[in-house]
Amino acid sequence: MPAIEASGLTKVFGRRPQRGVRMLREGADREQLQREGLTAAVIDATFEVKPGEISVVMGLSGSGKSTLIRMVNGLLEPTAGSLTIDGQEVTNLSDAGLRDVRRNKVSMVFQHFALLPHRTVGENAAYALELRGVSRAEREQRAQEALGMVGLGGWGDSLPSQLSGGMRQRVGLARALAAGTDIMLMDEAFSALDPLIRKEMQDQLLELQSELGKTILFITHDLNEAMRLGDHVAMMRDGRIVQSGTAEQILNEPATDYVAQFVADVDRTKVLTARTVMERPVAVVGPDSGPRAAHKLMREHQVSSLLVVSRDRTVHGLVWEDDVADAVRQGSEALPIKSDDVIRVAPDTALAELFHHAAASRAPLAVVNQAGRLEGIIPRVTLLSALSPHQSNGNHGDAGADSGDDTRFAPAGAL
Amino acid sequence: MNLPRIPIGEAVDSGVDWITTNLAAFLDAISDLLSFLVNGLTDLLLIPPEFVAIVLLTLLAVAMRSVTFGVFTLIATLLVASMEMWEMAMETLSLVLVATVIALVIAIPLGILAARKNAVSTVVRPVLDFMQTMPAFVYLVPVVAFFGIGVAPGVCATIVFAMAPGVRLTELAIRQVDKETVEAGEAFGGTPGQILRGIQLPLGLPTIMAGVNQVIMLALSMAVIAGMVGAGGLGSEVVNGVSRQDIALAFEAGLAVVVLAIFLDRITGAIGQPTGKSVPALIRRKRAESARRQADAEQAAAPQSAPSTTAA
Repeated sequence: MPAIEASGLTKVFGRRPQRGVRMLREGADREQLQREGLTAAVIDATFEVKPGEISVVMGLSGSGKSTLIRMVNGLLEPTAGSLTIDGQEVTNLSDAGLRDVRRNKVSMVFQHFALLPHRTVGENAAYALELRGVSRAEREQRAQEALGMVGLGGWGDSLPSQLSGGMRQRVGLARALAAGTDIMLMDEAFSALDPLIRKEMQDQLLELQSELGKTILFITHDLNEAMRLGDHVAMMRDGRIVQSGTAEQILNEPATDYVAQFVADVDRTKVLTARTVMERPVAVVGPDSGPRAAHKLMREHQVSSLLVVSRDRTVHGLVWEDDVADAVRQGSEALPIKSDDVIRVAPDTALAELFHHAAASRAPLAVVNQAGRLEGIIPRVTLLSALSPHQSNGNHGDAGADSGDDTRFAPAGAL
Repeated sequence: MNLPRIPIGEAVDSGVDWITTNLAAFLDAISDLLSFLVNGLTDLLLIPPEFVAIVLLTLLAVAMRSVTFGVFTLIATLLVASMEMWEMAMETLSLVLVATVIALVIAIPLGILAARKNAVSTVVRPVLDFMQTMPAFVYLVPVVAFFGIGVAPGVCATIVFAMAPGVRLTELAIRQVDKETVEAGEAFGGTPGQILRGIQLPLGLPTIMAGVNQVIMLALSMAVIAGMVGAGGLGSEVVNGVSRQDIALAFEAGLAVVVLAIFLDRITGAIGQPTGKSVPALIRRKRAESARRQADAEQAAAPQSAPSTTAA
């Protein structure tokens, strides 16, 4: 069951908005409504957010994204359509029912922090609990914990005015975390911060998210931010969702010219990660195989180096063509493994960083997960072609000797 | 060309007549209540001897605002006492306070209501305009008809005249509270009452206090005018001075009004926007400073045991 599910969600502002919905159904566009004195802020938005995922809605100002997020927790009542949270329909709830949802299911972080200036940081963080009637001792403790999570332990007695912008938004974040809801709505939460702090906050959000597994609906006008944070990104324009998918899908397969134009300016090296461009290795060799087997593989695939990988995909190192040839000539039985020559990168390393690594070695980069297992490799040529927006995707790219034959990945094949 | 005359004046006149004849008992009750409140408060204010009261007011000034203001209060109140205006000043003060409290009890809820409901705002606004711009003297006529001569008509006229800015500024205060902050209250499941008490009123307090301040100032000016209908206090002295061409008396009474006005203005102003120079605030700051210095010293003593808590 999706955490948030919207279907046909529409919001029209103005007198008797229902007639706007009727007009839209009959095919009228935004301009026609405007002439009737109606503003269609969100039109027929259908989306779902899965539990534990960061879903980003991205659009410029006036695209309706703020209206959209405010319909999710009922700050604005949808004119038409349905919206469920954890399977519960919320569009027809009474005021009390809606308050219940807001207290227990959905919290929110605001663009300009929306802290209470006359209360201390600790009291601000505990605000949601206070509204809910939680006892003072408990809410102070939970606020303390939440402040600790966002790195503001010990600031509880300060006033918001004594904090920098980034720290204030951490308080905003702590307030939402202390509320203890599974779903968090973030309305341009980092847009008011300067770029360095913004990046820091994004990192922190990703970290918290992986720790706590919150479901996050994040609104932004910053495409780079959307791509960085979003497991799933929806692009909005003029009140409609024009495309939704993963960051890579939007980047590589823009659905409309508008999206294409939009993503044209994206710094692909920052959005794409090692995982998105890596490919299956053409061939690898097991640590126990002899130089002859390695030599044969290299000739077959016309590569100058081979990764040495055991059955459990642990990377041991690599062998170079010259060394293998020497070993064969000398009749040696052991592979001349150079374990230090392999450059290992994590799957979520940004492309921009990979260049730096790639420059250091002729061999492809080894993408290795936290457990030290090989996930894929990135030959230099793949790295370059990933930068081209016309390339559909690195995985299927015209990347050197890679013929994309999956069966050859398993080291067993080379043993 | 002769326009037909619309008898508005006569209509109001007969309306007032109707009220005086039909609601006499009710008006008497109000009159008694108001007189009781004002006279009671005056008696209360006159219980401590002048010098004790002066010391108390000075302490209040120091506690609420600053030492400088305390010095001013001391000199100014001594001046009032030496002009032998103390009793009259206290009469006026209690009339102003009673009228202000009643005006605010009506004005603040009305302002909140107007901020929430546009319809209320639309109705209330022209009424307030009317109340505020109608020349103050005009109010004296019907209230004298209702209550006769004395304190009650003075208080009533003062309430009506002074109420408008209280409503207006309360409405403004609530409306201008940052929309996002109010949204935050809603988004975390606050009831309208919780949002009003926890967000709108505290954040709107400076503006509301500006309204209170205005109400007091208007009440004070009206209280003087009310001297004409026998409301007593400094107003009566001013009226006496004017009617007797007694410049000395009029000026001294006027000066006492000024002292009262400045005192009330600065005190209420300090509630809305604390100056930070009041003695309690100074003490608090000293204490916080020494606590911080102590914490710094401890940190310097054990630098490695206290890792930075702000690390991202």
